[in-house]
Amino acid sequence: MALATRTERSPSLIGTLWRSTVGKKAVMATTGLIMLAYLVAHMMGNLKVFFGPGEFNHYGHWIRTIGEPFLHRTWFLWIARVVLAASVVLHGVAAYQLSRRDLAARPAKYERKRARASYATRTMRWGGVILGLFVVWHILDLTTLTVNPNAEEGRPYQNLVASFDRWWVSAFYIAAMLALGLHIRHGFWSAAQTLGANSPRRDRAFKVIANGLAALLTLGFLAVPIGVLTGIVS
Amino acid sequence: MNLTLRIWRQRDAGSAGAMTTYEVKGISEDMSFLEMLDHLNEELILAGDEPVAFDHDCREGICGACGMVINGAAHGPERTTTCQLHMRHFSDGDTIDVEPWRAAAFPVVKDLVVDRSAFDRIIGAGGYVSAPTGSAPDAHATPVPKPAADLAFEHAECIGCGACVAACPNGSAMLFTSAKVVHLNVLPQGAPERESRVLDMVDTMDAQGFGGCTNTGECATACPKGIPLTAIGRMNREYLRATVKGRG
Repeated sequence: MALATRTERSPSLIGTLWRSTVGKKAVMATTGLIMLAYLVAHMMGNLKVFFGPGEFNHYGHWIRTIGEPFLHRTWFLWIARVVLAASVVLHGVAAYQLSRRDLAARPAKYERKRARASYATRTMRWGGVILGLFVVWHILDLTTLTVNPNAEEGRPYQNLVASFDRWWVSAFYIAAMLALGLHIRHGFWSAAQTLGANSPRRDRAFKVIANGLAALLTLGFLAVPIGVLTGIVS
Repeated sequence: MNLTLRIWRQRDAGSAGAMTTYEVKGISEDMSFLEMLDHLNEELILAGDEPVAFDHDCREGICGACGMVINGAAHGPERTTTCQLHMRHFSDGDTIDVEPWRAAAFPVVKDLVVDRSAFDRIIGAGGYVSAPTGSAPDAHATPVPKPAADLAFEHAECIGCGACVAACPNGSAMLFTSAKVVHLNVLPQGAPERESRVLDMVDTMDAQGFGGCTNTGECATACPKGIPLTAIGRMNREYLRATVKGRG
């Protein structure tokens, strides 16, 4: 008698991915890379603050006109916002669900266990929570201007300087950017591993790129509040 | 040498356990860790106490039966199995903590013995190849490229001891499962089940209650057979490829 072949497998690609730990990690890796690509562009744009209010505000205006005349004004901006918001939500929900599962899978601790993983690896979860809270604050401060002391629409340079002139805002920003650097240091290499791009030959290269990206983004983002605090940007 | 041992004692799966302290004297540095526990057990039996239960079989480092967490490290301070760990790696007067593998998918049976049948269920889901069982095949009917043979062998070294799960902060079985998947998926003999193997084994791994991988690398550091962390990357690639290619 021939054995029956298993045929009851689910036909949905997305469903298969989301249900398995490996697939859910692939979703996290992909959304993480989307956010990382955005951050590189965001950091480059930020550095225009060192060339004066004219150039920075012009850049802020240009962002709203990308894609014209094919796209209507601000359409590109809104497409980017929707993609980024979806990425943040998927990344966060997947991280939450996987973390819950991971904690349940190791209910008992060892008497004497020294963590061998790096600081960046061990702070991914709480670092991610800090980054999530920071994103909320950052949007309220510099996008919707809800908590901005200047709050003049169309004048991002002045809003930015007014915000960073409050030392505690700069301090939170700096802490969040250090968390970002650590998150990328482990996250980029981890994404390469999760998406199956890693191999013994490329392992070292991915770690170097991860560290390079982490350092570049952290320093690039930190330059702005430090510029305001030291009076270089005013 | 004289040692203080703090060993996890648990009567059975349903009971609560606790660390219990024992003093052992006159331990030779040439004893293996298991021989040291045998020595303790002989003394416990003579004293009318229950001996410490632990898994062991070949005591040659190849069967994967033994395994315990020694001072917070799976299989102890050396990169080998517990049976091949010698007491010369400890000093006179040391206090040594001995605990069972800790993972939701590996429930404690008694003392240091855990139920690792979850691994058997992962193997049952795809850790095999289809082979004709009639007459013996011709010697070179299936050519295997040398790099594929080497890669398969590197991953076939896994003895299924469970140290990766014990070391992982998430109780994840990704290193074990990936070693098995890579071992068979790179060989032509494993090609017919290449997609179903990785999908079914990952499904079963998840269903057994193991955690997910966060790429901490603790598993590969603890592995007595040196299964590389990149095995997990290879399995992830196989999984994504199988998902896209069609699940069957």
